[in-house]
Amino acid sequence: MARLLLVRFGLVAVTLFVISFAIFVVTMVLPGDVATQILGQGATPDNVAAVRHQLGLDQPWPLRYVEWVGGAVHGDLGDSLVQRRPISEIIGRRIGNSIMLASFTFLVAIPAAVAVGIWAGVKRNSLGDRAASMLSLAAISLPEFVTGVLLIMIFSTTLGWLPSSSIVEAGTSPLTRPQIMVLPALTLTGVMFAYIMRMTRANVIEVLDTNYVRSAVLKGLPMRRVLWRHVLPNAMLPTISVIMLNTGWLLGGLIIVENVFSYPGLGRLLLTSIQTRDTPLLQALALLIAATYAGANLIADLAYAWLNPRVRFA
Amino acid sequence: MATTVLGSNRRGLVESVFGAVRDIGARVLRELRYALATPSGRIGLPLVALHLTLALVGPLLAPFPATDFHLADRFAGPSATYWLGTDEFGRDIFSRVMSGATSIITISLAGTALGIVLGTSIGLTSGYLGGKVDEVIMRVMDGLMSFPSLLLALLVLTTLGPSHLNIILTIGVVFTPSVARVMRSATLTVKTMEFVQSARLRGESATYIIFREVLPNTMPVLTVEASVRLSYAILLASSIGFLGLGVQPPSPDWGLMISEGRSHITDSPLIVLAPSFAVASLVIGVNLLAEGLREARELPEGEQTE
Repeated sequence: MARLLLVRFGLVAVTLFVISFAIFVVTMVLPGDVATQILGQGATPDNVAAVRHQLGLDQPWPLRYVEWVGGAVHGDLGDSLVQRRPISEIIGRRIGNSIMLASFTFLVAIPAAVAVGIWAGVKRNSLGDRAASMLSLAAISLPEFVTGVLLIMIFSTTLGWLPSSSIVEAGTSPLTRPQIMVLPALTLTGVMFAYIMRMTRANVIEVLDTNYVRSAVLKGLPMRRVLWRHVLPNAMLPTISVIMLNTGWLLGGLIIVENVFSYPGLGRLLLTSIQTRDTPLLQALALLIAATYAGANLIADLAYAWLNPRVRFA
Repeated sequence: MATTVLGSNRRGLVESVFGAVRDIGARVLRELRYALATPSGRIGLPLVALHLTLALVGPLLAPFPATDFHLADRFAGPSATYWLGTDEFGRDIFSRVMSGATSIITISLAGTALGIVLGTSIGLTSGYLGGKVDEVIMRVMDGLMSFPSLLLALLVLTTLGPSHLNIILTIGVVFTPSVARVMRSATLTVKTMEFVQSARLRGESATYIIFREVLPNTMPVLTVEASVRLSYAILLASSIGFLGLGVQPPSPDWGLMISEGRSHITDSPLIVLAPSFAVASLVIGVNLLAEGLREARELPEGEQTE
């Protein structure tokens, strides 16, 4: 187990290095000079040179990369070009908002999806199972922005129950108006529910077909006991790694859903930084999101290893 | 004597590739025929075929050019002239939806094809060679996969600029690692089979074995993977369009139409509903086809990644 931990952590470190380097190359070295972006097309070469010097862009790129990563490790992500403030300050509150939305989604989607998945797997091919499969297929097939816009049409334009946008006054937390979180969270829940439900169902069906479950049934164990003792522990193992893989999907989903509802989180900020060509902010956000993703994958690997006796005692 | 016999048996790269293309065409058709025998495939395949037809002839069948303004008829309701009404510039919504099929379908098909070709080449080579090479290649693929695909797409498009070609390249690159992983494990299974060993004993070249023995026998897995990837490609391409980094206005792109129509929901819900229905029916069709392909071969449901 210790060896596994070490190898996994090493791999994540390498991955993070590669990711940070890729982000740096994509946003800095390729065409589109930041200094020209600040000054506009009509800037004189002298002015451009001065701004480049001020921003440290005249340094050789390996040095700039080392400085950027070094700063990021210490929590100093540089200054935003557009807002002229430290990026860590801008990102701080946004992270909290995104985490709130994500945890709300996790708390609703996972228990519901696992419960329905188990039920559908046990009652395979029943009417309820078919209905759940159809619904989940529809949920997976709708892009998040379509689900979001449809929910707005139903719950705010037509019924008038919930606000259609999640804009909050600058400096206030979404928690002061919790109703603005309902529709974004519902949108994210739909797709996530469907993925986890389908995986749980498939796993339950697979385990139900094994010989050890058959022998448990044949030796006369009550069905409830077979489910709790034999089916669930074995069916949940792959489900847990799917749940963690969904974290990666959730990060992508957040980018879209936050923009559908103008929710003040990292995803909204990411698109703003792209639209305003705020390269340092974009770099910082990309690094943060990619690092979160790598972290979630690491946790998934470790949870899987810890729950699986064959790996734990290897 | 023996060496000449072995030598004459070794077939060249060109011959192997041409044979493979012929083989694969026939086998894809067979997989589709099997899928058509399942309930999901019976609904999915015609739905996909309908959209493909739309992509080919949609702009020709549309009653109006997709970008024509009819400023006197802004926000018109459905009528005999404008079947689904008009948008904020008086453009015919029905024509725009019909014409929008072409760009999203060509982009997703080309992106998927690129990802499948790259991923298959890498996966097959890695799985067939095995050992250290396999180890290194798969670690690199794992590294590439640890990047959320939408984020990678946004970064690349921001840098390169939004053009059809760049969106296709992005989708292809994003899909390569997951296709490579699936094809590698399929190769590992096929590799141990007797017909591969006998080909090796016959003295066939590695390219011949990979293209003519291994690749055709991974087709059931590959067709399912391709259809799953296609549905993700459509979701990814339409999301990029919605975020404003894909196909640019005034082109009729379904994602872009939904994004632009959001502020006019109260004036005319059809501006948003029509492209939503179009993209949803396309993805549902592809997903049902994927289910059909899988059911026909009784393959287990794969892990859902982005």
